[in-house]
Amino acid sequence: MEYLIGIQGQDFVLVAADNVAAHSIVKMKQDQDKMFKLSDKILLLCVGEAGDTVQFAEYIQKNIQLYKMRNGYELSPTAAANFTRKNLADYLRSRTPYHVNLLLAGFDETDGPGLYYMDHLSALAKAPFAAHGHGAYLTLSILDRYYRPDLTRDEAMDLLKKCIEELNHRFILNLPSFSVRLIDKDGTHDPEKLIPVGAK
Amino acid sequence: MALQDLCGFKDSFLNSRWNLPASHPVEYLSESPIQFVIAAADTRSSCNGLVACPASQKILPVHSHLVGTTSGTSADCALWKRILSRELRLYQLRHGRRLSTAGAAKLLAHMLHPFKGTELCVAATLCGWDGGEQENISKMGNETDDLAKTSESDSISQAEARGRNPCPSPAMSRQHCSAGGKQLVRSGPSLYYVCSDGTRLQGALFSVGSGSPYAYSVLDGGVRWGLTVEEAISLAREAVYRATHRDAYSGNCVDVYHITSHGWTRRDREELREEYYREKERERGKVKERREKQEGVEDGQSSGRKK
Repeated sequence: MEYLIGIQGQDFVLVAADNVAAHSIVKMKQDQDKMFKLSDKILLLCVGEAGDTVQFAEYIQKNIQLYKMRNGYELSPTAAANFTRKNLADYLRSRTPYHVNLLLAGFDETDGPGLYYMDHLSALAKAPFAAHGHGAYLTLSILDRYYRPDLTRDEAMDLLKKCIEELNHRFILNLPSFSVRLIDKDGTHDPEKLIPVGAK
Repeated sequence: MALQDLCGFKDSFLNSRWNLPASHPVEYLSESPIQFVIAAADTRSSCNGLVACPASQKILPVHSHLVGTTSGTSADCALWKRILSRELRLYQLRHGRRLSTAGAAKLLAHMLHPFKGTELCVAATLCGWDGGEQENISKMGNETDDLAKTSESDSISQAEARGRNPCPSPAMSRQHCSAGGKQLVRSGPSLYYVCSDGTRLQGALFSVGSGSPYAYSVLDGGVRWGLTVEEAISLAREAVYRATHRDAYSGNCVDVYHITSHGWTRRDREELREEYYREKERERGKVKERREKQEGVEDGQSSGRKK
């Protein structure tokens, strides 16, 4: 019922998440931010079971900050993604696994932009574009069709809008608004909140 | 939250559970210049389809400026509220100031996290007023509080706001300087929803419990920024009344608490049965009025024709 999407461009990563926090059939909150800032150039998007998402994401967030405090430099996106995956894997076969699906988006000085897809079975894959949730079934083929590795910022935004319009058109649940963020060499930017036309 | 959970209505108001005081506490914040939080709840505790107690208290004060509503298993709620009160009092003694509602909600959420997956069932909303002690401090203090108010509550921008704000002039008292420089307490009304499955949400309006959907529909239709206290209280009472009418596990009386910068105040408990009869009377009155008006019109028409 929740939705995450990430698109990697030439020198940036564009990510978006829906804003609904739901409980059974009721939308309890319509402006929930599902993105967690791990560092200036790394964002973690987290959806899944109710309490696990925030607990796990904040746990990772604080540990990344602790690493920076202890060692004086920040973890790269690749290292952060692998650290996150390792934690998921360690808890997977314990009595209290974290049922969360994640997208980690970051910009590295040497490697450039990176988007990492992780799921609740602690799989990790670096991908040019990725999506989580039931909405992913509807939007992945749009991404397959129109994605190119050399997308500009505007083209990536248009592609994102195409995906959200499709969700608005075909997805059974109403996702009224989406938070969008862009990461590039200058850090994290908030272009705009996307509200599809016709949604309330 | 997979689609199957939605269709199976897991964790929902339709399941009957052991000793479940399925209430629908209703709270909301006001953004008008007169700031306040209203908390309203019914008073029925049910157990296996019978009313175990028709006069239970579902809104439990935690401290002078924080009130918590309870829903779920009443024993669990009562216990965790007491534990929370204890921890908040210890914090106050150690640090010389009250913990904010956000902090109290986070504390409760972290305390409940180890019990995730067990039968523990607590769905609480914490309604409180933050930063009351700052009022004693001079005007410079108020400026930093205003900055705190304008910052948004999502995780990213809050951290930035804290980093940016410098401590005010060094001539200020040491206590204030440490409060201003270390952490900005967002002053004003605050409302958080905490659940034993780990959810912790900040919002302006929440309805919780078995009767919550019925209450939500009434609230969403009536709530708007700029409500006065009286309007808000009557809306909250109406929402609880409608939910008790439709939901079997909610009923009996309604408690209303009103939280401002001076602390919480409680209205007298009202029987909703009286409200039901009053509404029936009003409806009867309206039907009679309409019928009389109709007859008056017809008389006028018939007398006109005669002429």
